[in-house]
Amino acid sequence: MEALMLTVLLTSVPLIFAATGELVAERSGVLNLGVEGMMLMGAVSAFAATAIVGNPYLGVLAGAVAGAMTALVFSLFALGLATNQVATGLALTIFGTGLSGLVGAPFVGGTIEGLPNLAIPLLADLPVIGNLLFNHDFMAYLSIGFLLAVGWFLRRTRAGLVLRAVGNSHDSAHALGYPVLLVRFCAVSFGGMMAGLGGAYLPLVLTPHWSEGMTAGRGWIALALVVFASWIPSRILVGALLFGGITIMQLAGQARGWVVPSQMLSMLPYIATIIVLVVIARNREFALANSPACLGRLFIGSK
Amino acid sequence: MISMIPRKHIPLSLTLLTPTIAIILTLLFGAGIFGLLGFSPLGSLYTFFVAPISRPDQIGDLFVKACPLIITATGLVFCFRANVWNIGAEGQLVFGAIFSGWMALSFPHWPAMTLMPAMIVASIIGGIFWAMIPALLKVRFNTNEILVSLMLTYVAALFIDWLVRGPWRDPMSFGFPLTKMYSDAALIHRIDVPFVGMLGQLHWGVVGALILAIFGGFVLSRTILGFQIKVMGDAPRAGRFAGFNPNLITIGVMAIAGGAAGLAGMVEVSASMGQLQPNVSFGYGFTAIIVAFLARLNPVGVIFAGLIVALAELGGDHAQIALGMPKVVTGVFKGVLLFMLLAGETFNRYHITWRHPAPMPGSREQ
Repeated sequence: MEALMLTVLLTSVPLIFAATGELVAERSGVLNLGVEGMMLMGAVSAFAATAIVGNPYLGVLAGAVAGAMTALVFSLFALGLATNQVATGLALTIFGTGLSGLVGAPFVGGTIEGLPNLAIPLLADLPVIGNLLFNHDFMAYLSIGFLLAVGWFLRRTRAGLVLRAVGNSHDSAHALGYPVLLVRFCAVSFGGMMAGLGGAYLPLVLTPHWSEGMTAGRGWIALALVVFASWIPSRILVGALLFGGITIMQLAGQARGWVVPSQMLSMLPYIATIIVLVVIARNREFALANSPACLGRLFIGSK
Repeated sequence: MISMIPRKHIPLSLTLLTPTIAIILTLLFGAGIFGLLGFSPLGSLYTFFVAPISRPDQIGDLFVKACPLIITATGLVFCFRANVWNIGAEGQLVFGAIFSGWMALSFPHWPAMTLMPAMIVASIIGGIFWAMIPALLKVRFNTNEILVSLMLTYVAALFIDWLVRGPWRDPMSFGFPLTKMYSDAALIHRIDVPFVGMLGQLHWGVVGALILAIFGGFVLSRTILGFQIKVMGDAPRAGRFAGFNPNLITIGVMAIAGGAAGLAGMVEVSASMGQLQPNVSFGYGFTAIIVAFLARLNPVGVIFAGLIVALAELGGDHAQIALGMPKVVTGVFKGVLLFMLLAGETFNRYHITWRHPAPMPGSREQ
């Protein structure tokens, strides 16, 4: 049971990273559908860096940088040239999937030494929850740290207020003299870095190898998580754990010899995503209370 | 300072010029990538884009490769024109294959005269069925059609995987995940061109695809339905004032796109595979999105765009065999091409200058 709960926690970490990053980007009014592509770039870079240098912490850094660099491409087109955000995000996913496969081709079949667990002194010795909550790798702690920091940033800081203002009404923010495109650029880059970290977690902790398209739709589920969280950071944690649980259910089911075909179990996370989207969307006030009013709208700087 | 002024008038030359420039820039980028990978840039471009179509039969194969792309992209054009973001054509294609496959496997003794139309109808129904899930959820609950249609793509892929490994597997397949072979009546045959003979794998489905694209162009530009779709996409408020029903349009364009994708699935299986297998589509549903944009959301343009993108796909196969280049290079090409096309769209719509624009009283964009 404890092993199962541990797996649930670990499976939710990449989702927490990617969804938190996307939440910040969306709060600034940018819908970046390229999460899947950025995660894959993060994953392959983390694997390559670790395989070459041998230090997984450098892999973490490489994943973050690669994610942010990939987001830069999105910013160049969607912000710089005001291209359609939906289509640009799709292009980024296609591009990232292809490029990660290309970069990763020499690394297929290799394995790496993943991130070690760091037990927090004293806390890790607590009965029951000690091992469950305080004996993880560096990135698991980092994801929670980022989640808390983003929550605090959006709610309590002046910069966070500006970011939300840009997302809610870019025209007003522009009129007040805030640099709309700069704010969005920073938010998208942060989102890219976080997606890269989420991708990096896959080869560094979950499965110590690289394979083409290894994110298997996690980027898209992260996008759905932002909707599920109705743009409030703390709710991402709930959603990510929920999805982690559903993903693990298929493994648990197989282990217990359920008679359901494995394909049906593998469908669960995707079907659950759809159900969750419907349930959230049904209550329109709850769903849209915090949704950025300018999400996905084009902003032409010099009007 | 960069300023972007909306053009009041978009000249035709610009409309044709931007995709051309996008393709040229993508090729330059590709040459750079080839160089980085340690291949000769010019030689690789030749292997990629010229060598695969240097014989007549290869041109036939190019059309065959473009066939599912043209059919699917024609449907997607309607969605994108109406600002409905169906990106799950891949799943709808799979369901078209499943539904038509059920017909072919259940009634193998029917003559082609009845089986073929039945399969076509079944595939369209299958695609529409799978497209109606995101469409109805969007209309009824305002859920995001992008995410729902995409999630359904994963579900569809797993579903067909289960079918061909489980209940539909041919007991004589020695454990391979394949259904029984279709009967001859369920197969789309190759074209015997007069005086020329067979051109590669060129089959009748290609003819159907070309007719469908032209018919799609007619519907979009010459009928009230096409007009409503375009108005709802460009100016939803105006459409609502005109009394157009946005929900009906959403359902309609999703049905068109789903039906077309389903049909593409049927054609692909009946013409090229002859039986269902776990992978009936090789990302055609996603590639068709690029085709639709390369065609600048014009169904007739889809024919040319489909051929160009199909060439990139064939080139990827060819470069893999001839140069040992990883197949995923094609994916990079496709992504870059889509980026360039979108940027071209901006240059098309806006006049971009470096000076600050003079304030125009009373005129605001959007």
